[in-house]
Amino acid sequence: MKLFTYAKAGTTAESAIQEAAQKQGAHYIAGGTNLIDLMKDDVMTPDHLVDITALSCSQIEKIAGGGVKIGALVSNSDLANDPYIRSHYPVLSRALLSGASAQLRNMATVGGNLMQRTRCSYFYDVAGDCNKRKPGSGCPAIEGYNRMHSILGASGKCITAHPSDMCVALAALDATVHLAGPNGERKVKLVDFHKLPGNTPEIETVLNPHELIVSVELPAPVNGHSKNWCYLKVRDRASYAFALVSAAACLEMEGGKIKSARLALGGVAPKPWRAVEAEKLLVGKNADEKTFKAAAEAVMKTAKGYEHNKFKIELGKRTIVRALKVAASTGGMS
Amino acid sequence: MKKGKDGNPAPSGSDGAQTRREFIATAAVVGAGLALTGGLTEHAEAGEVINDPMAVKVQVPSPPSSIAVELNVNDKLEMVKVDPRTSLLDALREYMGLTGSKKGCDHGQCGACTVIVDGKRINSCLTFAVMYQGKKITTIEGLTDGEALHPMQAAFVKYDGFQCGYCTPGQICSAVAMLNEAKAGCVSAVTPDLACAKAQLTDAEIRERMSGNLCRCGAYPGIVEAIKSVAGV
Repeated sequence: MKLFTYAKAGTTAESAIQEAAQKQGAHYIAGGTNLIDLMKDDVMTPDHLVDITALSCSQIEKIAGGGVKIGALVSNSDLANDPYIRSHYPVLSRALLSGASAQLRNMATVGGNLMQRTRCSYFYDVAGDCNKRKPGSGCPAIEGYNRMHSILGASGKCITAHPSDMCVALAALDATVHLAGPNGERKVKLVDFHKLPGNTPEIETVLNPHELIVSVELPAPVNGHSKNWCYLKVRDRASYAFALVSAAACLEMEGGKIKSARLALGGVAPKPWRAVEAEKLLVGKNADEKTFKAAAEAVMKTAKGYEHNKFKIELGKRTIVRALKVAASTGGMS
Repeated sequence: MKKGKDGNPAPSGSDGAQTRREFIATAAVVGAGLALTGGLTEHAEAGEVINDPMAVKVQVPSPPSSIAVELNVNDKLEMVKVDPRTSLLDALREYMGLTGSKKGCDHGQCGACTVIVDGKRINSCLTFAVMYQGKKITTIEGLTDGEALHPMQAAFVKYDGFQCGYCTPGQICSAVAMLNEAKAGCVSAVTPDLACAKAQLTDAEIRERMSGNLCRCGAYPGIVEAIKSVAGV
């Protein structure tokens, strides 16, 4: 690991931003579960670490209008186990609990989960090429072992998949990310926070230099979402593995018909994938197999498989159909 | 280098040739000397070849700046001076002599390094010691009451919760914290009703909640039985 200097910021975002802006190659650290892993492999080599764990953003607060503001430093476990989240946004709780292990969820923060880097093995292999790590060097995954990679939203420069479960649920729940930076505060919709690789796969989010995630806001819970929801994660092991495909589905039902729908996918794209077209197709329809299959087809219309991950297209469709079925009927467990 | 009984360097192998171990030791000393020279010489640039008898291009980092951190481990306060790169696991093992916590993968994947911090289980390999001042750390050594085993330790013995034993300290710390989580009403990915006040600790729940601790001997059935016996389920 490359040597770095270390400083602990105070309780305000300003103190952290100031500390980071003063030093070359500064990087924020909180839970560190992804950053330290990448530093051990020399994939990330910050010169200066700004420890933000003393910042006062570790609360889950109800806000006016019925929504929730989740501090960026809230741990993944605390968020998943929060009684209000469990009863009003269960899809988020289940998505969080489906990721990593109990130990990692205790360490990992909400802000850090948003900032997770890809688990593409070529990104981790510093001896080889990777357009994310060394822009312009090439993407060996396109012709290589790409079983875990994207089938939607990839580019000729990068086909990595976003690893987060939490972000899939946040995308479905219409979350907003609150940022603080050297030029003040701003808000970004979660679905706009991550960027598709395009020609610049090294740019993964809309964050400006030294900008900091301070909280994530959920709008007021939708009535039906505490019953008609499902987070279905399909993976190689029953636990503690990244998704091949995952789906977060939340429905509002009215007399056997779908009044409104939210659908987001994980494991299939370089960012949490909100399936807006499919949602439109679901509205006003009967909650039956035919409707769900049509929605799944719509999501995968533009899907492109590579040598080892073509199976994800069919798997993705089946995952969507099953998640919608569960959400429309009993809700919860798949 | 080997020392004779009188403290002087012992003669090398019987034929006078250097053994492999001695060669490595000598090379390491030479390397350390170069690093020191580099650190003290103003004109020596990083990566420059400096008076190198072995024609090896050496990287010369500036001397690591140690940071003093006071760690509260098993109810004892200890000041350690560590390089900022030192993981909490390495601080426990290498600086404080607490070698119960094990280094398996060193990447947060196997759980052998699991310790309990402020009541919560974490992977001590995937964090920096300098971030842990003021926190209450409990390792496997801190679970025992003098010579008496913690009930979870005794249960692992009774129910064959291990074979080689390497993952065991992590398994036990994890299991102890896991039962406290369950008592506090924490749910898991397999809990049928997330709105329930307390999930029932079925085998499936225990296995899911312990999935961050791998056992390559495959002692899982014994581990589950041990945990159930302590949980009283």
